Amino acid sequence: MKINKMIISFISAAVILLSTSVASFAKVVGDKIILGAAISLTGKYSSNGVHTQNGYNMAVDRINSMGGVKVGGKTYKFDIIYYDDESNPKRAAQLAERLISQDGVEFMLGPYSSGLTKAIAPVTEKYGVPMVEANGASRSLFTKGYKYLFAVLAPANLYLDVAIDLAVEKNNGKGVTVAMAFEQDAFSQDVRLGVLDAIKRTGSKKVIDDKLPKELNDMAATLVKVKQMKPDVLVVSGHTKGALTAIRQISEMKVDVPMLAMTHCDAAKLSKQHGKNSQYALCASQWHKTLTYKDDFFKDGMTYDADFTKEFGYAPPYQAAESSAALLVFKDAFERANSFDQKKVRDALAATNMQTFYGNIKFAEGGQNVDKPMVLFQVMCDDGGKCENKVVAPTKWASAKLIHPIPSWSKR
Amino acid sequence: MDFMVFQYPMISVQACLDGILLGILFALIAYGMALQWGVMNIINIAQGDLVILGGYIAYFMYLYGIHPAWGVIVSPIIMFFVGIAIYKLVINKVVDRDLFISILATFGISILFMQLMNFAFGADVVLANSGYGTTMLFNSNVVLPNSKIFSAFISILFAICLVIYMKKSKLGRAIRATAQNARAAKILGVDTEKVYAATFGINAALCGVAGALISITFTIHPYMGLPYTIRSFMIVIVAGLGNLPGVAMSGMGLGVFEEFADYILGTEFRIGSVFLLLVLILVYRRFKLSRKREYLK
Repeated sequence: MKINKMIISFISAAVILLSTSVASFAKVVGDKIILGAAISLTGKYSSNGVHTQNGYNMAVDRINSMGGVKVGGKTYKFDIIYYDDESNPKRAAQLAERLISQDGVEFMLGPYSSGLTKAIAPVTEKYGVPMVEANGASRSLFTKGYKYLFAVLAPANLYLDVAIDLAVEKNNGKGVTVAMAFEQDAFSQDVRLGVLDAIKRTGSKKVIDDKLPKELNDMAATLVKVKQMKPDVLVVSGHTKGALTAIRQISEMKVDVPMLAMTHCDAAKLSKQHGKNSQYALCASQWHKTLTYKDDFFKDGMTYDADFTKEFGYAPPYQAAESSAALLVFKDAFERANSFDQKKVRDALAATNMQTFYGNIKFAEGGQNVDKPMVLFQVMCDDGGKCENKVVAPTKWASAKLIHPIPSWSKR
Repeated sequence: MDFMVFQYPMISVQACLDGILLGILFALIAYGMALQWGVMNIINIAQGDLVILGGYIAYFMYLYGIHPAWGVIVSPIIMFFVGIAIYKLVINKVVDRDLFISILATFGISILFMQLMNFAFGADVVLANSGYGTTMLFNSNVVLPNSKIFSAFISILFAICLVIYMKKSKLGRAIRATAQNARAAKILGVDTEKVYAATFGINAALCGVAGALISITFTIHPYMGLPYTIRSFMIVIVAGLGNLPGVAMSGMGLGVFEEFADYILGTEFRIGSVFLLLVLILVYRRFKLSRKREYLK
């Protein structure tokens, strides 16, 4: 009997505690603007999920310490409620629902990866909650007519078409032959579509078009074909696994190809894991610290890189940089809207036209950022075997000259 | 459809050799599975996760500056004890129950291992570099990474050692006796509990070897275990239990088949074609069996 009573009182205490804390989670409380985010802190995206969270946190601290957000003559500070979506789209959608309907969040930040963003977007759209996301690049996110979704990053189909342009330019404007190997997931297939467009536009020709299954970590067959067909460019996109597998097998099988372009090199820590074997690989990146964009909060890429490294103990990958940029966009939109009305904030977001350390930000109709080109960097190593990523395209930002064609393995 | 593989004979040679080397590695994992399936009647869904864990052991040796090839010795030793621990904690409670319960139990272990590895080692894809170089054959028309040759060689070595051990040693005889008839073996004084533990340990050790080899030849990731479980399951189904030459042959056959499917149908159908093959073989077997039955009537 006594135990029963204790249990009942415990439960009721818990309920009271929960209900009060829920109440305190409303959108804007006191001087706090509360944003919600479901992030992959566990599961297969956890490394990039943590980069995303660190990027958000860094920007929140910076904005708060530099005066916060001024709306209606009052100063507010950012605060974020995080939930762990376990890298699971279903869970992410549930958590978005919970953030909005239980916790009363009225503004959201995006999760990590296109897949999870796709799961959350219908929910935020349904409730009319503006979401600024920094890690979902899949083209299909921007063709659904979402009104409340804004992405600070360039869409996936722009990742590697720069490489095709570069190869054509090196070939005196004549079309080139392209070998493609793309994983069968939404993101990589979007990258593939972009490359196909570029091939059509430049009068190039595709000679190999392989689709890599998700569970495969062996692309020897594709590489044998590459050896046989001798294309001018080999493009590979299959997340970290694809980048690591490609470099390992290209170096082991001594595949000579004049240009090798990939995605996810910095997430794969390519030069760290493969050293000199990764030399000359071209990598698509949303951001690089040497780009000369500027803002008032982080100054520029180099300062961001230094500050982030100091705070978190590792150099920021672009996933962190773009996440920080998302907060800058929100701050700007709140101040221009001068209100916390969701519709007004949404309209202010849509009218965004600003520069951040991460790049220019201006949203198209579909919500994607159209004012920030992708950059290509090339892995370059010195004789001591120390490798660095140097931006080689677009020419405006280049800090080194592209090495083309890649020297053959027999001469390395 | 692409018939390039037949137009250039060297590509066929390349595909065959790649397939055989890959198949030998699969066969080693499958042999471990066949062993404990035969002895304990347990289908171990966590097989692939044990492989990946073994791979991480080699990877960490590599991180600390030890050549990852030593992983093929260190990893099985550690994995043997991991295997025994799993047996004592979980498997011995389900070993006499029906197959469904053991599948559920090992499925649970598999999920637990994935999450623990993800938690402990992070979600990054990693690999260990052996720096073994490349062998060029036929005027450099066929290229074989030495790491693949090394993997195949080590796999064969371990398989041979294990076969000899099973034939000659006391424990090996006890394992075989238990596999034939556990009750009879028990009556004749075999400590079946110990035999089960040792079998599970040996299976885990084989997974450890394979894992170390995979970290040298391919890449590892906490969630990459399942394809290895599925492939070894398939090899065992095709070869039958307790049939080592069968396991080796079906492993290599599967490897070659996969490579050719990759060239002809395209990489995206590689794994799908393996499943298709499995279905065809099972249908064929059933067909053959039913004919035999008619004959007996």
